[in-house]
Amino acid sequence: MIEIPRLPLAAWIDNGLEVLTDHFATATKIVSDVMENGIDNAVDGLMWLPPGVTILLFALLAWRLAGVHTALLSLFGFALLWNLGLWEPTLQTLVLVLIATFVAVAIGTPLGVIAALSSTAYRVVFPVLDFMQTMPAFVYLIPAIPFFGLGPVAAVFSTVIFAMPPAIRLTTLGIRQVPADLVEAADAFGSTRWQKLTKVQLPLAVPTIMAGINQTIMLALSMVVIAAMIGAQGLGGEVWRAIQRNEAGMGFEAGIAVVVLAMVLDRITQGIARRKPGTAG
Amino acid sequence: MPAEQSVKIAVRGLTKVFGDSPEHAQALLRQGATKQAIFEKTGQAVGVADASFDVHEGEILVVMGLSGSGKSSLIRCLNRLNEPTSGEILIDGQDIVGLNRHALLEVRRRKFGMVFQHFALFPHRTIRENVEYGLEIQGMAPAERAEKALTALKQVGLEGWADATPGQLSGGMQQRVGLARALAVDPDVLLMDEAFSALDPLIRRDMQQELVALQSRLQKTIVFITHDLDEALFLGNRIILMKDARIEQVGTAEEILANPATAYVERFVAEVDKTKLLTASAVMRRARSVAFVTDGPRTVLRKMEDEDLNCLCVVESDFRLRGIVCDDAALAAVQRGETSIQGIIAPGVPAVSLDTPIRDLFGPLAQTTMPAPVVDEDGKLKGVVVRASLLQGLAESTGDTGEIQEEAA
Repeated sequence: MIEIPRLPLAAWIDNGLEVLTDHFATATKIVSDVMENGIDNAVDGLMWLPPGVTILLFALLAWRLAGVHTALLSLFGFALLWNLGLWEPTLQTLVLVLIATFVAVAIGTPLGVIAALSSTAYRVVFPVLDFMQTMPAFVYLIPAIPFFGLGPVAAVFSTVIFAMPPAIRLTTLGIRQVPADLVEAADAFGSTRWQKLTKVQLPLAVPTIMAGINQTIMLALSMVVIAAMIGAQGLGGEVWRAIQRNEAGMGFEAGIAVVVLAMVLDRITQGIARRKPGTAG
Repeated sequence: MPAEQSVKIAVRGLTKVFGDSPEHAQALLRQGATKQAIFEKTGQAVGVADASFDVHEGEILVVMGLSGSGKSSLIRCLNRLNEPTSGEILIDGQDIVGLNRHALLEVRRRKFGMVFQHFALFPHRTIRENVEYGLEIQGMAPAERAEKALTALKQVGLEGWADATPGQLSGGMQQRVGLARALAVDPDVLLMDEAFSALDPLIRRDMQQELVALQSRLQKTIVFITHDLDEALFLGNRIILMKDARIEQVGTAEEILANPATAYVERFVAEVDKTKLLTASAVMRRARSVAFVTDGPRTVLRKMEDEDLNCLCVVESDFRLRGIVCDDAALAAVQRGETSIQGIIAPGVPAVSLDTPIRDLFGPLAQTTMPAPVVDEDGKLKGVVVRASLLQGLAESTGDTGEIQEEAA
């Protein structure tokens, strides 16, 4: 029997990452320091106000964006978390989720537009998305460390990679779903590609893009919890500590906090999505 | 009249093949192969095959054919929404086939306005913003384009709806907005792709009449696509008949009706002569009031007064037709003191049977205002045809038969 040598796939990937870290680690470490400062400042800023006031402000925001039900949900939900002594980790998680979502959407939406307009880009981007989404989320944590070190920035990095695919996918879908005769009408009147995109395709894709952002937020939330393993603090850190100490009650408290945060964020983004076409129509 | 009109668009040898290797299909086309044969052999779909025609300044040119005949592909070649495979399209003498993207956008902005079958209004914009679209992308200032949009909306009678959204409007109103959007840019040429086909027949007829009225004021050059021959005959100064990607005949309505160029055109045209198909039973009015032979002249006059008629059919008690009696004769009889109408029954217009084609009624009714009685096999009165109902029946039958024909095809 002929011995087929084992492919040194792991070694290749390690070598590749090593080359990348050798060249970029200095830069990424600087980025990491700056971002970590920013995250700390954001959390500190939110903690500067008394929790009761912040919770009222959040409820007010939820009321403006998504209506009275969401406002009550966030008021009572956050009050419960405050009562459980989870207010600071909740804010830490919220800040991580919002930063990761912002980055994921800022990169994902333009990529989605490009994939919608160019079939070549589509053929390149979508298999990569399949790869990104089926790869177990934990794996992203490992290469994040050499670039950004243990801590919240590595967590944000892996969260962005994990949470970006729906932002890309649903942007592409939203633009491709714009009825062909509307695109044809835009063409017939002599629109440039940019005019067609900004005046017809993107506005009509907004509800679908918002659904993608909603999913990105949900994925980001689940990932920042997992990212506690590489030093992201917040609610994930509470869960992680509960596992290590085998304290089921404490674990569930932190878990419920994640659920509350998820529900509030979900309702608010859905509220925004409903509102957008409503203001125009 | 066509002789004194200048040519706005000249199309020469225009061919459009959908597919990735059109050369093979074009070679087969030159050998005279049909669209079906080419598709079976090469997998290439021929949209338009070697079309040459002129569009005259200020005319409505109707391109007519059934679905799949290539008429939509043809109209989309004119503003290059479909990229022509070969041939020339000269607009005011300028061949637009070779134009680069920038120049093409200019041509689309300055020369064309387009109206679509399913309206294609932008749902996220108000009616005014929809109408402004063409001006907006040309970079016109907001105040100026708002004014032009309102003028265009006035032309289609929708100035009160500027701030509504397309979803709030009925189909007919939406297509008026579509028309206003095309008119707002003040184009030389209006391309109308089955513009009225999605509307129900009554609205469609209104829109056709309005388009003709608008055209008499605006004098645009209009290329109008339809599958409905009645619509084509009503609107078209000239008509192009298409079948299987090829032009079968170009001519005025009269030319096409009188001298169908091919068997296909002839069959198409055969459908249009409604007077052959409609019968007396379809256009007759129930005789709501009749005179019986036993009636006196005063009774008969009263009945005429009630129904606002000046003649009544006279029947036996079993409704067998006897003749006709008119008001002047009845009045004379009253003055003479007669108590029966027996003496004043006139033969009137000869009775016709239920299945008489209405074209046979034009002759007898042309000379008189008297009604033509319609009787069944037993000679019993079923109704009357008067001149007005004849024309009305004819008018009502146009406009919707085209659809029946399309569904059957």
